[in-house]
Amino acid sequence: MDQSQGFFARGFRHRSFVTGGILTALLVGVAALSVVWTPYNPTKINIRGRLAGPTAEHWLGTDQFGRDILSIIMSGAQNSITVGVVAVSIGILFGVSLGLLASARRGWIEELVMRLSDFMFAFPAILLAIMLVATIGPGAVNAIVAIGIFSVPIFARLTRGAGNVVWAREFVLAARSAGKGRFRITIEHVLPNIISVIVVQATIQFALAILAEAALSYLGIGSQPPTPSWGRMLSEAQTMIFINPMLAVYPGIAIAVSVLGLNLLGDGLRDIIDPRLVRKR
Amino acid sequence: MSLFLAKRFLTFIATLLGATIVTFLALEILPGDPALVILGINAPESAVEVLHIKLGLDRPPLERYLEWVGDLARGRFGESYTYGVSVDELLRARLTITLPLAFMSMVLSVAAALVLGLFAASRHNRAGDISVMGFSQLGISVPNFWLALLLVLFFAVNLRWFSAGGFPGWDESVWRSIKALILPAIALATVQGAILARFTRSAVLETMREDYVRTARAKGLTRRATLWRHVLRNAMIPVITIMGLQFANLLAGTIVVENVFSLPGIGRLILQSISNRDVVVVRDLVILLAAVVVIINFIVDLLYAVIDPRLKASDI
Repeated sequence: MDQSQGFFARGFRHRSFVTGGILTALLVGVAALSVVWTPYNPTKINIRGRLAGPTAEHWLGTDQFGRDILSIIMSGAQNSITVGVVAVSIGILFGVSLGLLASARRGWIEELVMRLSDFMFAFPAILLAIMLVATIGPGAVNAIVAIGIFSVPIFARLTRGAGNVVWAREFVLAARSAGKGRFRITIEHVLPNIISVIVVQATIQFALAILAEAALSYLGIGSQPPTPSWGRMLSEAQTMIFINPMLAVYPGIAIAVSVLGLNLLGDGLRDIIDPRLVRKR
Repeated sequence: MSLFLAKRFLTFIATLLGATIVTFLALEILPGDPALVILGINAPESAVEVLHIKLGLDRPPLERYLEWVGDLARGRFGESYTYGVSVDELLRARLTITLPLAFMSMVLSVAAALVLGLFAASRHNRAGDISVMGFSQLGISVPNFWLALLLVLFFAVNLRWFSAGGFPGWDESVWRSIKALILPAIALATVQGAILARFTRSAVLETMREDYVRTARAKGLTRRATLWRHVLRNAMIPVITIMGLQFANLLAGTIVVENVFSLPGIGRLILQSISNRDVVVVRDLVILLAAVVVIINFIVDLLYAVIDPRLKASDI
């Protein structure tokens, strides 16, 4: 690959980056569209028209309350994006700060941060999420916070590892001999050099957050009715699986397409940002 | 090696102690009074008080915490509020479902991952490689409970080969019990296998560039023999690490998938106990699962030394 090419020129030729970008744009686009317009009101109940198959009026049919499936799925995109954005923000805010602190101070602070994240890795994340949600009560906000907390150690480790590499570079030594303090070096030199790694991880964590929220909502401890949620649609569909099996198909496709898009985007970004890695794949 | 073992053992104890503190604190602020859950909301004040004393809820938290940890250290589990039996009795019944399920999906995912990963690596950048990687990307993106639902839809609703859920029990029929675990195991194994296949492929590709592989080929070993005798063995180290890390996810996956298939295993027990506010069961199970994860990672560290004798304890 030609190193002199710019970021975008390389990006447009990268297969998974383009595919992932399109799918992610689709997710964001649908969510944005559903804020202003959906074919029907996603919470409007119409018992007489319930469990209808796909028709010209209802493209994907209706559920057991006669609500339009397409409209619920479109609004569900809002829910998934909200979950992803908030959970990843929590992870970045705390995780990156802790990681930066660890690599700037080293010593016992670094040791403490690392041991704490080891500790959190020992738990199956969804188990503690279930416990947290059970402790503070089910609900979208609690589920999001629980998911976000578990991305904190991932960001902390990543930031600390990448940060330590930057701290060993000559320009940091130069900055130190010029009299800059640890805080200024962290903000001016370390952070700009590791931001790309964090962005890639954020994309992957976004996908994981959507999966985790879907699982929690499926178990009935995530988003509560009437907020449209893909995970809860699946658990409602399971009870109808002998009557209208397609209800169990559409929301899953929505989840899989969103997660696939974000994963591909993350993989692509990683290749484009660091072309040296491409040879290894 | 013994120093390494001692260090790992101390970390193990510290992690579990930390886990007991976090779990106890989390459950201490759990809203809802277990006594009220058992007796009903309209229970008379006096009955609630009697039950509080029986459950030990009238004593200070620190005392209850120390008692719990002391019991755990001696291998004693508590007694469930809602089931009225001890936790290890509950566990024994549930483990006969969760353990075989976890084992079956682990075997399935490792077998699939090794075959697919090796195949993709040997067809590097050709159609076979690209399609295997495409499928594994898809496998990673699919929620395991949705895959479980699709399997139910196809094999239970349409083909009627399997039942859509439930568990007949090993005493009832061994064959039907195994059959009840097949679909859940496939649902769990697909995601795990997809992740493992990617790591296997890149580990094999990495190893194939090593000098000793070229030497093996140069001395006349066939491609296949090199792949099995030299490449696979060396490529296993990173793969086993990921397997160990994935184990925690596998356990978490069983919680969700057991609920899809209404399998009365550990996962369902945890979820039910949380909604029943059965604090004793929840805390014992959480610690047990954390211990399993830590022990598995410990075994993984030991396996390194078995697979690669070059690694000395000081390196680990």
